[in-house]
Amino acid sequence: MFHDKAGYFFELFIGGLTKGSIYALIALGYTMVYGIIELINFAHGEIYMIGAFTALITAAALTAFGVTHPLVLVSVSGITAVVYASAYGYTLEKVAYKPLRNAPRLSPLISAIGMSIFLQNFVLLAQTSNYIPFPNLIPPLPFLEPVSHIMGTVDFIILCTTAVIMILLTFLIRKTRIGTAMRATAQDKTMARLLGIDVDRIISFTFITGSALAAVGGVMVGSKMGQINFYIGFIAGIKAFTAAVLGGIGSIPGAVLGGLILGWTESFGTGYLTSDYEDVFAFSLLVLILIFKPSGLLGRNTTPKV
Amino acid sequence: MIDTLLKSLRTALWFMFLTFPILAVRIDSLKNAVTVRWPAVIILGAVIFLISVLWHTAGLVKRSWFFRFDGFKQFIQRLPDQDALSPFMIRTTLGAAAVFMISLPFFASSYQTNVMINALLYVMLGLGLNIVVGLAGLLDLGYVAFYAVGAYLYALLNLHLGIGFWIALPMGAALAAFFGILLGIPVLRLKGDYLAIVTLGFGEIIRLILENWDRVFKGPSGISHISRPSLFGIGIMESSVHHAIIYMYYIVVVLVLSTFFFVSRLKHSRIGRALLALKEDEIACQAMGIDKMKTKLTAFALGATWAGMAGVIFAAKTTFINPASFTFMESAIILSIVVIGGMGSIPGVVLGAFFLVLLPEYFRELGDYRMLVFGGAMILVMVFKPRGLLENTKPTVTYVSQQTGPDTP
Repeated sequence: MFHDKAGYFFELFIGGLTKGSIYALIALGYTMVYGIIELINFAHGEIYMIGAFTALITAAALTAFGVTHPLVLVSVSGITAVVYASAYGYTLEKVAYKPLRNAPRLSPLISAIGMSIFLQNFVLLAQTSNYIPFPNLIPPLPFLEPVSHIMGTVDFIILCTTAVIMILLTFLIRKTRIGTAMRATAQDKTMARLLGIDVDRIISFTFITGSALAAVGGVMVGSKMGQINFYIGFIAGIKAFTAAVLGGIGSIPGAVLGGLILGWTESFGTGYLTSDYEDVFAFSLLVLILIFKPSGLLGRNTTPKV
Repeated sequence: MIDTLLKSLRTALWFMFLTFPILAVRIDSLKNAVTVRWPAVIILGAVIFLISVLWHTAGLVKRSWFFRFDGFKQFIQRLPDQDALSPFMIRTTLGAAAVFMISLPFFASSYQTNVMINALLYVMLGLGLNIVVGLAGLLDLGYVAFYAVGAYLYALLNLHLGIGFWIALPMGAALAAFFGILLGIPVLRLKGDYLAIVTLGFGEIIRLILENWDRVFKGPSGISHISRPSLFGIGIMESSVHHAIIYMYYIVVVLVLSTFFFVSRLKHSRIGRALLALKEDEIACQAMGIDKMKTKLTAFALGATWAGMAGVIFAAKTTFINPASFTFMESAIILSIVVIGGMGSIPGVVLGAFFLVLLPEYFRELGDYRMLVFGGAMILVMVFKPRGLLENTKPTVTYVSQQTGPDTP
């Protein structure tokens, strides 16, 4: 009896961890963009959706051409998804946000919502409104067999990939030249420009990085859920945004922490209470945390200057 | 010239590359076959190329109607200002608008009238949200929650107790205001985007409760057979849908007019000025003795009141509601009305509502493409008119020269 309970707990724990790491991947894109230009990029969820679609289309095309080796399939479709999502992120910024750099704060938000509607309908029209089955790209790993009821292969891959990406991202931001430039731009755009940093390039780079992370998230969600449609980006976007705010928007460890907390809340909430109110748990937690910590868990607490 | 062509070619090729997998590759998952639709990509490339050439050569797009629009904009903006235009002009314009609004149901079809009711409903919602976002500067992404509160209050009261529209209307307004305060209290300390996400969460929580608490709210299938409004207690309108729509239309016109009156008075009232001041600088505001908490809660409550009323009207108009009408997208559309119209500007909100409601409605011939056009139009308006179609003018004093008469501000 006890063992069953513990097993159930671990199942929920791992489920929450997987879900949370995907939220974290998408939330990173939000938080990085917000950190630099203080804009809620509402179309970020659509980038994630486009990443998933590109991977699916590439995999299908490869299969049709007779490529069946799983490793080739996974890597080629994954890389294509990342490249395309980055290209979309870059173009998105150039088209919808760059002309609005000096506009009132709400204007880019509206063009972001417009972009989100546009991209959703673009995919809807060009592809289909139905759910499309996402190919099972990853073959089951034999050594996970004994624990497969708790952690499947896809979960394992998701966790590993997320961990690797987090480490790479931390390295990128802390140690490299462009990472230093990104942090400088986030702190003070004018000063960064005076020091010879090409701020526009840094902003583009941030969008590209964030979009690439979202695409990785998209591919992994597709593999886990087994189906995608044009609307998946919207919900995921809102959840990831919640995660980003929960951790303190603009803070990179905050986004990861927020994502994980959100994942666990949903997983345990649905597992122990009721599955109808999955999203209610997420949002109630957000409201509670923000009431007690108005700038998120790891957000900078700025005191207003007079 | 060559340079322009090369630039355009590059843009076109980039977009062809970008859209290639999603636009051109079609997968038949049953037969595992892949077809490539080259024409779609080539047409897209050609269109992008043309637009790009036009853009770079003449600046044609940039200098066309959007900028000539300014004359019209100034004309509209002066309407509420009694001194700027001759009384004759104001009377003629307002008179023409009034005649049009009053006579509309006589020459338009039921469908057209219905569309107009819808547009006016959004004018009301926009004006309500304008108090919160435009005047007080509090970004509310869950405004639709209050709309839902009003709609469900009427639906449930009507279903269980048989309460009519006219009693439910003030009740809906009051309950929504209560919910506004309920939301307002916990979020008082939050700023900017934190406030935005909490309001968004609040809106989603309300919708999810409506969807999942089947016993009370009937779940996703919603509540149907809600009574239409009665005339002096007589339900004669049940007999003919056409008459019911016309009656509804006049109710909405009257309510929108009163909203108009209220909001324009509010803007220059003590509360309105306090809200505007709060938006500019909270600390300075408190130093001047404005109670931040009370003022913010007033803004939330006032904004919610209108959403609640609009909700009751919505339920009475469609006679059927379900949670699908109260999604985040709805909040986003209402917010877009406020921002696209021009934040804080009352004529702007009206124009924004007509733009966003009538555009998808009259472009039904575009079929599936209308939402694509809609999203694109939102981006275009913001890129060309970042401050909205009718920019809100701050109170300004105009120097009037003795010789030449009034100057343009």
